[in-house]
Amino acid sequence: MSDKVLMKGNEAAAEAAIRAGCRYFFGYPITPQTEVSAYMAKKMPKIDGVFLQAESEVAAINMVFGAAGAGARAMTSTSSPGFSLKQEGVSYIAGADLPCVILDVVRAGPGLGGIQAAQSDYFQVTKGGGHGDYRLIVLAPSTVQEMATFTALAFDLADKYRNPALVLSDGILGQMMEPIDFDDVEAGFDPSKIRDFSDKPWATTGTNCKRGQNLIKSINTNPVELEQENIERYAKYAEVEKNEKRCETIGVENADVLFVAYGTSARICKNTIELLKKERVTAKLFRPITLWPFPDDALKLAAKNVKAVVVVEMSHGQMIEDVRLNIQDKPIYFSGRSGGMIPLPADIAKVAIDAVSVIKNDGSNTYEGGRE
Amino acid sequence: MTTHSILLSGFGGQGILFAGKLLAYMGLIMDKNVSWLPSYGPEMRGGTANCNVIISDDTIGSPIINNPSTLICMNKPSFNKFVPMVEKNGLVVLDSSLIDIKGERGDINFVEIPATQIATDNQHPKLANMVMLGRTLKELNLGDESVVISALKKTIPNRKIEMLEVNKKAILAGYNFT
Repeated sequence: MSDKVLMKGNEAAAEAAIRAGCRYFFGYPITPQTEVSAYMAKKMPKIDGVFLQAESEVAAINMVFGAAGAGARAMTSTSSPGFSLKQEGVSYIAGADLPCVILDVVRAGPGLGGIQAAQSDYFQVTKGGGHGDYRLIVLAPSTVQEMATFTALAFDLADKYRNPALVLSDGILGQMMEPIDFDDVEAGFDPSKIRDFSDKPWATTGTNCKRGQNLIKSINTNPVELEQENIERYAKYAEVEKNEKRCETIGVENADVLFVAYGTSARICKNTIELLKKERVTAKLFRPITLWPFPDDALKLAAKNVKAVVVVEMSHGQMIEDVRLNIQDKPIYFSGRSGGMIPLPADIAKVAIDAVSVIKNDGSNTYEGGRE
Repeated sequence: MTTHSILLSGFGGQGILFAGKLLAYMGLIMDKNVSWLPSYGPEMRGGTANCNVIISDDTIGSPIINNPSTLICMNKPSFNKFVPMVEKNGLVVLDSSLIDIKGERGDINFVEIPATQIATDNQHPKLANMVMLGRTLKELNLGDESVVISALKKTIPNRKIEMLEVNKKAILAGYNFT
C-alpha cells in the first residue's frame, strides 16, 4: 500500500501551506472552505504558528497585509462572497508589491448565492476584482493533489514576483477526498527560513539601527511617481506572462473537438471524452492551469487542427471570452451550468456532437464525422 | 478495467460519510484510484446525507456520480430519489428494517438486509452502516478481511480505536447474512 492518505481538498491545501512555511493564517468561516480554517486552528498552535479567526473578511485580508509586509508567508482563505469583501485589501497588497496566498473555494453567486460549487468568479479573479491596475497570479487545481501542490507553488510564485497569488478552487474540490502524497508537494522553501526574512530586504523587520527604514504603502499622491510604480509593476507582470503560463492537454492529437475547461469542469470533460468515443466523435481537453497568465499560445496550438471548440464552465460563460480572444478561425460553443448545478457529461457531449454535425451539414467543411 | 460508482445514502447520523470513507480507503489500500464526495449543506444538518465513492482502475474524471453502479440505501427518501438513477444491471443494497418499499425496477439487483435490526441485536444499533457495508462488499466481491481491517485503522480516529473490533464484527455480520 502506498503512503498516500485521503484528505479533503481544503485540508490538503492547508497542510501544503504549512509545509511551504506559512505560519500566519487569518480566516473567517464560510462554507464550503471552513475546513481550511479548522485545520489551521488545530495545527498552527502546535508549530508555533498563528491562526486567527478575524472579526470579518475585511479584517482577515488586512492582517495578511501586515504579516506579508513583515516578510512572513501569510495566507487567507474564503469563498466567493467573502472574497468580494477582501477586494480592497487585495488591491492594497498588490499595490504595495507584497506576496501572499489567497485560497478561494468558489460557491454559486451572485450575491450571497448558494453554497454549492461554481466557477462564476473567473472574471473577478482574472480581470481585477479590486480597483486599480493590478493582476493576481491565479492557479486552478483540478485534483486534491493539486490543491496541495498549487498552494505550495502559489507561495513560491508570490515571493518570486512580490505579488498576491490566488488558488481558485470550488466547493467540490474543497469538499471531496482523494489520495494525496505530500512527498510530491514541493515548495522552494527552506524550513530554516520560517522566521528569517533576510532574503526579503524590503520587509519591515525592524532596522536594528543597521539600515534605513523600509516603508510599505500603496498610496502615492504624486502622479509621476505613481505612474512609474505602475510601469514597473507591469514590467513585472510581463515577466510573469513570459515565465509562468501553465496548462495541460489531454487526449488524442488529431481530435475533432477541443474542450477548454479548468478545475472541476475539466474533470467532467474527461468523462465526456470517454462518452464521445461511443459516438465516434474524437475530443481532447485543454486545461488552463494558470488562469492568469492565460496560456494563450498553448491554446492556439491545441486548437490548430480541431473542427470546433467547446468551452465548459460552471457559470454562464466567463473564460470563454479569453478563448474567443485567442481563437478566431473556429466555431466556439459553450456548455455550462450555474447556481451550484453541475454540467452533465451527456449534455456537454450533445453540444460537441451538434457542433461537429453542424459543420458536416454546412457543406463548407469537408468534415466526415470523425470515424476511425 | 473496473469502475465502482457507489452512492451511499441515508439520514445524517447513520454514518453514511464514514462508511463511504472506509470504502474509499479500501480502494486506496488496493492501489485503485478513489474519490469521495459528500453532500454538504443544509440537507446534512439533520436531513438526508449522501456520499459518492468511486473506486476505479482508471483515472477518475468527475467525482460526481450521476448513475451509480451500486446504491447503498438507508432511508425511504433516498430510495425514492436514487433508485431511478441506478445504472442498468446495477446493485441496490437496502436496509429492510427502515425501508418497507419493494423495488420495482426489473433491470437492477435489489438486495435486502435488515441492517438496523442486526446491528441492534448486536448491541450496536449505530453500526447498521457497517452491516450494510459488509453485505455490499460480499455482493461486489470487493476487498478481503485484511483490507477491511487496514481501512478501519485508517478511518477510525485514534481516540476511538477500541471501536475497531465492533466495527469489524458488524461488517462480518453483514457479510455473512443469508
